[in-house]
Amino acid sequence: MQLRDPAHLVSRRAVAYWTVRAVPLWILVLVGESLWLWGSRDHSVLWVVVLGLTVLFAAAHLVVMPHWRYRVHRWEVTATAVYTQSGWLSQERRIAPISRVQTVDTERGPLEQLFGLANVTVTTASAAGPLRIHGLDRATAEGVVAELTEVTSHSQGDAT
Amino acid sequence: MLLVHPVRELGHSIPALIGLVLAGRAVGNGQLWWLGPLGVVGIIAWSVLRWVTTRYRITPEQVQLRTGLLQRKTITTPADRVRSVDVTASALHRLLGLAKVDIGTGSHDPGSGLSLDSLPVAEAAGLRAELLHRSAVASPGAADTPETPELGAAPAMGATGPAVRETELARMDPRWVRFAPFTMSGVLGAAAILGIGSRLLDQLGVEAGDVGPIRGGLAYIERNPIWLDVLEVLVALVVFVTVLSIGGYALSYWGFRLTRHPHGSLHITRGLLTTRATSIEERRLRGVELAEPLLLRVVHAARLSGITTGLKSKGDAEGGSSLLLPPAPRAVAREVAAQILRDPAPVDVALTVHGPAARRRRVSRALLAAFIVVVAAGVAIWWGAPRWLAVPAVLAVPVAAMLAADRYRSLGHALAGRFLVTRAGSLERRRDVLECDGIIGWNVRQTFFQRRAGLATLTATTAAGRQRYAVTDVPLSMALSLANRALPGLLGDFLVP
Repeated sequence: MQLRDPAHLVSRRAVAYWTVRAVPLWILVLVGESLWLWGSRDHSVLWVVVLGLTVLFAAAHLVVMPHWRYRVHRWEVTATAVYTQSGWLSQERRIAPISRVQTVDTERGPLEQLFGLANVTVTTASAAGPLRIHGLDRATAEGVVAELTEVTSHSQGDAT
Repeated sequence: MLLVHPVRELGHSIPALIGLVLAGRAVGNGQLWWLGPLGVVGIIAWSVLRWVTTRYRITPEQVQLRTGLLQRKTITTPADRVRSVDVTASALHRLLGLAKVDIGTGSHDPGSGLSLDSLPVAEAAGLRAELLHRSAVASPGAADTPETPELGAAPAMGATGPAVRETELARMDPRWVRFAPFTMSGVLGAAAILGIGSRLLDQLGVEAGDVGPIRGGLAYIERNPIWLDVLEVLVALVVFVTVLSIGGYALSYWGFRLTRHPHGSLHITRGLLTTRATSIEERRLRGVELAEPLLLRVVHAARLSGITTGLKSKGDAEGGSSLLLPPAPRAVAREVAAQILRDPAPVDVALTVHGPAARRRRVSRALLAAFIVVVAAGVAIWWGAPRWLAVPAVLAVPVAAMLAADRYRSLGHALAGRFLVTRAGSLERRRDVLECDGIIGWNVRQTFFQRRAGLATLTATTAAGRQRYAVTDVPLSMALSLANRALPGLLGDFLVP
């Protein structure tokens, strides 16, 4: 028995967004390493090896991670359930019944706005189960929120 | 009931009173001697005023508490929001025949709960029965509870409820105290006492070696060979921890009694000096956790807690889970769990094992940890650490292997009646029994290595207890079929053969 992938991919622009988002961390790592090596002057070989490896890892991460994510990150809303898939090395699929959905929010950080993206968070009564769809383009995100609001307004009960 | 506040306030303000008395003595030649007694009288008057100005009222719709003389404050809570009514009585309260009633509304906001201190015991018990009964009746709909007049400090609450028969599910056997040393509470208590003691000595500016008994002890230790010292210190520690844990167990759980009220709630009373009465509405109970930590398993004991929604009582380490049975014989714990769930299957059912891939994962993870320990020890010795460090490091390997085997043996899941059962852990083995109705979603997580092994961790999310209950490292197809059977229909659209 297998779980099929959710139907929809996220926006193509998310690849660029994930790449740009990961850059500051690597810059921080490189600066930290440089400062450390600066302190211990006479290891010119070590210097080259460490910085070279870091640049190599950074390049690999920045090239592989966003495309991998783009292939994994998917979402689907049916009449009965919300289904998301996210991650790259570790992947997670989350499924929640529409009848248990409590809130639907959409959020756009500064970087996301730059790429015209938004993310949608669907929460249930459980603290463990928020479903997040990252990297949707703005129109799609608004559509998802409208659809979920419409569907959930028909279901009854306190969703616990 | 007039006594508790003044006595407690006096206790709290002893330093201030000493200051007043000293000030009275110091100024002039004793003409201000009346400052001290005035302080005492003032505090007593203040406490009495507080008592006089505190009123509560319970109507069919709401619970109301009014306090304060100059600054009046009224707290109102709808009666059907009352989720817990806890009655606590400290030693002082009990001496005076009083109790404190805490009315919880399940809100995480502090200060939203109502607390009625110093009611007569009978009134507190009556109030508790009344409130719990009301919220239990109010929820299904038609509530025809009689109008209750303003109560103020008037008694006769106990008379309103009809005499209902509670069934007893468990009662503490004094012999259970033998399990106390096998819990961590004694170790934690000992650590706390030693920590506080050393801090105190430090604060007082006393060298530990200068204290008479400690100096004597150190001198004695120096005379002896080291193996004898180690042995003696170990024995002393074990005795210390044992005494502490037994004391703690008795203080918390003495007279423990678990009963079921026909209106649909479980009641727990316990405590040696400070007695506590708490209750859990059964409609908020989504299941139980049967905890068997390694040490308790050695002596065939287990602990039971409830998985409840909307109830975060203070004093619980894990939010939302509440004690149902202190460390007790495993057979008793299983029996009580079966009675609470009204179904023996979830505790008796044989669990489905997770297979060779899960076993390999347990072993490889444990051995990786042991390998890291060995390498770290090797590096440390190479840098000049004592050589005997190699012995514990090498011993880590067989210990890790045994741990892995036990962790695999614990791993399992089942679907029993309307309950999802999952078990995992070795040092903290736990069998979680969660009502399928309480599951509000599934998370299927696969790390890189889990995907290669074809395994997944299936997490049932819920609004109760820990919020997440995981079936760890189960073959993916098995996980999906379990999820599909536990909550038919939800996964249906997304499953492919």
